[in-house]
Amino acid sequence: MSDIADRVKKIVVEHLNVEADKVTEKASFIDDLGADSLDQVELVMAFEEEFDVEIPDDAAEGIQTFGDAVAFLTKAVD
Amino acid sequence: MFDLSGKKALVTGASGGIGREIAKSLAKAGAEVTLSGTRLEALEATASEIEQKSHILQCNLSDLSEVDELIPNAIKAMNGLDILVNNAGITRDNIFMRMKNEEWDQVLAVNLTAAFRLSRAVLRPMMKQRFGRIIGISSVVGVTGNAGQANYAASKAGLIGMTKSLAQEVASRNITANIIAPGFIASAMTDQLNDKQREAILTKIPANRLGSAKEVADCAVFLASDEAAYITGQTLNVNGGMAMI
Repeated sequence: MSDIADRVKKIVVEHLNVEADKVTEKASFIDDLGADSLDQVELVMAFEEEFDVEIPDDAAEGIQTFGDAVAFLTKAVD
Repeated sequence: MFDLSGKKALVTGASGGIGREIAKSLAKAGAEVTLSGTRLEALEATASEIEQKSHILQCNLSDLSEVDELIPNAIKAMNGLDILVNNAGITRDNIFMRMKNEEWDQVLAVNLTAAFRLSRAVLRPMMKQRFGRIIGISSVVGVTGNAGQANYAASKAGLIGMTKSLAQEVASRNITANIIAPGFIASAMTDQLNDKQREAILTKIPANRLGSAKEVADCAVFLASDEAAYITGQTLNVNGGMAMI
C-alpha cells in the first residue's frame, strides 16, 4: 500500500474509530464505516491538513469511499 | 460570575446600543473581543471603554463581499474565534401594502443573510477546536409579529429557525447556537418616545419598565459561558413578561 493510502487510512481509523481492516478500497465512509455527513466534512478537513491541499466542496462531495479519497489525494499531491 | 478568560469573541453591530453593551460585558467576563460595525467613531468609543485588548473591524453587512471577509479578518486579528454574536440589525419599517422590494431585501440581507454567512464561516474553526458559541440577537416581534415590521419580524423569525437547524447539526461537536429575543429595550430610539407612547408600551409589559441593554448583554455572557454548554437551539426571551412563549 502506498504511503498516501497509509496516511489516509490512519486518519479514517482515528476519526471514525473503526478497525483498520474494515477500511478497504470500496468502503463507503457513510454506508460502511458509520460516518455521518458532519464526519465526512471533518474527514475532508483532516485530509486537507495532513496533505496541505485544498479540497473544494464539489470535489469533496465526490469523495465517498476510502478509494475515492486515496485517488483524489494521490492526484492532488502529485 | 461567568468566566470567559481566554475566549475570543466577535460582536457584529457593536456600534449600536445592545451590541456595544454585549461587547463590553463579554470583555468584562474576560474575553478578547473584536468589535464590528459600520460607524468607526462609535466602535472606537466602545473600544476605549474596554480595559483589555480589543480589535475593531469596520464592516458593512449589507455588502456581501465585506460579510465574507469579516470572519477571516477576525480570526487573523485574534488568532482564533470561539464566540460569534450576530447582533447587527436594521429596520426599514413600512406597512405591508406599501413595503418596497428594497426595504424587504435590505432588512433580510443584513439581519438574516449576513448572519447565515457569518455563522457558516465560523463552523470550520469551531468544529476543529471542538468548541463554539453562536448567539443570535432576535426580537420579541420575531415571534409575535408587529404591524409595520413585516420585513424585520420575518428576518428575526428566520434567525430563530436558522439557529435551531444549525444547533441540531453541530451539537455533537460541542458547538451551541442560541437566540436572545429582547423586548423593548431602552435605547436612543426609545428615548424619542413621548409620554403617551411610552405609557402605551408599558401597559403591555408586566414588569412595567423597559429593559436595559445590560440585561440583554448578561444573557449573552451566560450563553457564551461553559455553564451554558447543555443549552442549544433555545430562545432566551428577555422582555419583562411582554410575551410568554
